[in-house]
Amino acid sequence: MNREKSIEKIFLLIACSALFSLGLITVFIFKEGMGIFLKIGFGKFIFSPEWAPGQKQFGLFSMIIGSMWVTIGALVIGVPLSLFVSIFLAEFCPKKIARILKPAIELLAGIPSVVYGFIGVVILAPLIREYLGGPGLSVLAGSMVLAIMILPTVISISLDAIQAVPKSYLEGSLALGATRWQSVYMVIIPAAKSGIIASVILGMGRAVGETMAVIMVSGNAVRIPYSVLEPVRTLTSNIALELGYATGMHREALFGTGMVLFVIIMILNVAAYIFTKRKVRR
Amino acid sequence: MNSAKPGKYLQIPKIKKPRRISQEDLGKVLTPCNLNGIILKMLKKYFYIILFVLPFISCDKGGAGKALVIAGSTSVQPFVEGLEEAYSQKHKTVEINVQGGGSSAGIQSALCGTADIGMSSRHLSAEEEKELKIVPIAYDAVIVILNPRNKIENISLEDIRKIFSRKILNWKELGGEDKEINAITREDGSGTRGAFQELVMKEIPISNACMVQDSNGSVREIVKADPWSVAYISLGLVDKDVKAIKIDGILPDRAAVKEKKYNFMRPFLFVYTGELKKDAKDFVDFVLSDEGQEFMEKEGLIAVKHLM
Repeated sequence: MNREKSIEKIFLLIACSALFSLGLITVFIFKEGMGIFLKIGFGKFIFSPEWAPGQKQFGLFSMIIGSMWVTIGALVIGVPLSLFVSIFLAEFCPKKIARILKPAIELLAGIPSVVYGFIGVVILAPLIREYLGGPGLSVLAGSMVLAIMILPTVISISLDAIQAVPKSYLEGSLALGATRWQSVYMVIIPAAKSGIIASVILGMGRAVGETMAVIMVSGNAVRIPYSVLEPVRTLTSNIALELGYATGMHREALFGTGMVLFVIIMILNVAAYIFTKRKVRR
Repeated sequence: MNSAKPGKYLQIPKIKKPRRISQEDLGKVLTPCNLNGIILKMLKKYFYIILFVLPFISCDKGGAGKALVIAGSTSVQPFVEGLEEAYSQKHKTVEINVQGGGSSAGIQSALCGTADIGMSSRHLSAEEEKELKIVPIAYDAVIVILNPRNKIENISLEDIRKIFSRKILNWKELGGEDKEINAITREDGSGTRGAFQELVMKEIPISNACMVQDSNGSVREIVKADPWSVAYISLGLVDKDVKAIKIDGILPDRAAVKEKKYNFMRPFLFVYTGELKKDAKDFVDFVLSDEGQEFMEKEGLIAVKHLM
């Protein structure tokens, strides 16, 4: 019995290490990043669009807007696609096709992001430049690459949500004379709504946090974009681009950027958690 | 916690004690054809131990202070790495460790002794110059490049400054086609950007609206693909897929640089404090030897002797 207990303790300790590292990361980022907030002021750091580390100007606004543009773009392109795919997989797809489709979608998640970025630079950006104008490396290119990258996340989670709806809902609806599509649209989707929303939020988290592919395809100019064909810099690319050389206040500002990013991701994850919780309660 | 209650684990069947291998079993097991299996099993068992311990052991050997550390500018790094490779083929006993980190980091680590030699691709400040010995190992020039599809061959210095400060936005204004100029710059803090700012732009700041790429390589890749782009890279990295443009009528090729007609040059430097160790001195001598300098020339840089 004693041994059982000690093993239990060890496992508990190992399980807590995740919590411990999360705590450590939080403390570290906030410790390093807080300085810039105190020196420059919260409002100026967040809402000034001037970013010129050489001239001691640190304002994140254009990058916050940039992250938002790219993320929303990714959701606009990616979410409808993934919803159709997951509805098809859950309700309409013959088993044989599902056996090929599902692993293929999961494989999409395993491709390294730098490969997506490379494809974006070599194929997507020239196409955009040729047919739509602008420099090609743009909000649109970033959104399209990210849209493909969030597909696996959104599809698999919303698929789970749809499949978790009790079979009796569908059967009841069909028994009342509704067609299959009507039943899916009017009964199953509303029933799985909270799960689907959670999947979208998690996909959003992935889109906000993605770095490598976005650096490669979005041009990285520090200015607020007024159209989807303009280049843009996101919060993550800002850190990755400049950390190599940053010292002193510049470095603090990059940690401040990390802090802003951390807070955004936390908010998104908590929101996703609340939505999934609601599903369980019902 | 009430996990200690006796009833809780009742469903779990008793675990059998692992069977001890007796002497006669060993005789059975240790036939030659089973040997492989046993070794494999042992390997599996100790795999993680090997995995985690080995690196530390090997670290100990390398980190004993024998290896020569050269750190600094990422622009200089690939050339020194190439030189190191050539050098260590002849001198197998010397271990040289080439690291990046940027010019400032290189100067700093030479000052505080974490590196034997620092690499810098920019001039040193007066203060740094006082404390460090400086050896130029080659020269590099900053070259403005265009896509070969772009018809423009010559831009005045004034116009280049206007392009990168976003005063000129369309190729039409320079006599080209009616297309927007996609100016590409390097990230803040990059040595190449520093050189471009200092040599070409002078006091005029590079606009934030320029696109940013984080290495010479990706800048070249973008210019290769985009006919309406303009950017600047190291002379050593210009290839036939991009077009170097004349600035005020001077074609920035190697001849022009050597004759000092093209002025946007920066030195690649080794910096160090005090006396060099014998190994380090040997390597620096190799870099400055005809063989080392020829290597630099072949890689696209300008040898020291041409500009002394």
